Amino acid sequence: MKDILIIVLSTFGALFILSSSVGLLRKPDVFLRISVTGKASTLGIGLVLVSSALFFNNYSVTTRVIATIIFLFLTISIGGHLLARAAYIIKTPVWKGTKIDDLSGQYDEVTHELYSENHDSSIKPEKSENNI
Amino acid sequence: MTKSLFLSNLILAIIWVLATGTLTEENFLFGFIIGFVILGVITYKKEERKYFTIIPKLFGFMIFLLWEITKANFQSARESFYPKSRLVPAIVKVPLDAKTDLEISFLANIISLTPGTLIMDVSNDKKVIYVHVMHLLDKEEFIKETKRKFEKPLLELMR
Repeated sequence: MKDILIIVLSTFGALFILSSSVGLLRKPDVFLRISVTGKASTLGIGLVLVSSALFFNNYSVTTRVIATIIFLFLTISIGGHLLARAAYIIKTPVWKGTKIDDLSGQYDEVTHELYSENHDSSIKPEKSENNI
Repeated sequence: MTKSLFLSNLILAIIWVLATGTLTEENFLFGFIIGFVILGVITYKKEERKYFTIIPKLFGFMIFLLWEITKANFQSARESFYPKSRLVPAIVKVPLDAKTDLEISFLANIISLTPGTLIMDVSNDKKVIYVHVMHLLDKEEFIKETKRKFEKPLLELMR
């Protein structure tokens, strides 16, 4: 019974990680890629870690697994946010299918201050045609 | 008040563990529940009773978040294999009700972990938040949905 549970959890975890790497190849721009990798890898790595905790079945491994999962959930979203912000500031092209871009022109060009009302500065990434 | 009630609850749980003499996590949890019930019986002032509504709400919210994260993962696993024509990405400005730094960072973390959304940045005056969405159907609908599903329960818990 326990063996079957371990097999199912680790297989699903590996499949989630695989799907996130496929998404990394197929998405057209950097923001979509960050979005896809951040989401699918949290559950993927989490499931693999939980199956390893079930396999070893003692206290020290389990507590470390729980701590790792908590830090993973905390750090992946922060990492995604910082990568996306940096990519926007250096004017990485946005895919042409992007419907609305409220952020265009909101950053101050020199100080990188972000305004909440309408502002018109020169940080406006152009729209790219296809894969970068 | 909530903090001191939580501490008394922890002390009651530890006393239960000491009195029964078995240190296991199930026994600690049982002691915690017993302490919760006892404190609920002896606390009668209305302003002190907030603690007893916050704990069940917190558990409900955590289960809801875990469910949303699982859904997000299945959705983005499916989207990885979509053709490009079905994507409608957008960067949307969402006005904030949360005021302090802690509330905003919790909200940003929660939004980042749920279906198809990614936090781009918080404005310097802390009034709006910029969110990158993978599938945008309707802008107004998306803003309303975010505020109803995540911001309102979070602010109820934290204030």
